[in-house]
Amino acid sequence: MIAAIAFYVLAAVSVFAALRVVLASNPVHSVLWLITAFFSAAGLFVLMGAEYLAMLLVVVYVGAVAVLFLFVVMMLDVDFVRLREGFTRYMPFGAVVACVLLVEMILVSSAVAARGAGASAPGVQAPTDVSNVEAIGRVLYTDYVYIFQAAGLVLLVAMIGAIVLTLRHKPHVKRQDIHTQVTRDRKKAVAMTRPETGAGVRPEDLS
Amino acid sequence: MIIGLAHYLAVAATLFTIGVFGIFVNRKNIIIILMSIELILLAVNINFVAFSTHLNEVSGQIMAMFVLTVAAAEAAVGLAILVTFFRNRRDIAVDDASMMKG
Repeated sequence: MIAAIAFYVLAAVSVFAALRVVLASNPVHSVLWLITAFFSAAGLFVLMGAEYLAMLLVVVYVGAVAVLFLFVVMMLDVDFVRLREGFTRYMPFGAVVACVLLVEMILVSSAVAARGAGASAPGVQAPTDVSNVEAIGRVLYTDYVYIFQAAGLVLLVAMIGAIVLTLRHKPHVKRQDIHTQVTRDRKKAVAMTRPETGAGVRPEDLS
Repeated sequence: MIIGLAHYLAVAATLFTIGVFGIFVNRKNIIIILMSIELILLAVNINFVAFSTHLNEVSGQIMAMFVLTVAAAEAAVGLAILVTFFRNRRDIAVDDASMMKG
């Protein structure tokens, strides 16, 4: 009973938050509603029994992706009112397409569920005597180790790509040049002059 | 009242639909479009995890983890492109981003 109440509350909150994400006029509110949607979805994952994925969702999305969105939204000085032009123009068509999609997907999923898709497991049965994390860890580093490495490569490429895209060398900014710094020797750095008394060192003496 | 597989699939379908709807109505605001893509990937993840837990099989959760990874990478690269685009154009309206059209 309490599980049913929790499911309906979390589902309602996540759907409402998702609607607010796409309909809010202020993008900062959109990001905050996105955090709410992901948090409720993490609650749904816990209800289903996938605790590790739920924690991962909170850490990755709420902790990293949403904060990244928030940074970008607040950093860019954008006229968001102009970006909402055409909102009402595309609304009826978008609503029609969305309704068709929703009806189709709910029909298919309820038909599949009614046929008993959730009853029999063709593949590897998860051992029931271990926790969710242990069950994932047992297959992640054995059966799926190559895909795991590939995911690491994807993250590496994304990181390098993001740095390369946003890195910018401004002209007229003095930077430390390690190469010239460590290859300096005494002959380049020190000049001996013999100035006359009271005349001081002139710049041409130092060349 | 037993909460079964169909309930979770319905929630996932609704979130997916909202994501597609968001892409339709916010055609100029690429930040909202990226958030809608995140919503769509979240719906896919809910589907994976629902089937995985109801079939008592963990490979669906492994797949959901990789979807999560790709979604995070996509958000990072997408926002980096967005920042570069804003730096060049002083604006992020994507409907006139047709410089490469020729």
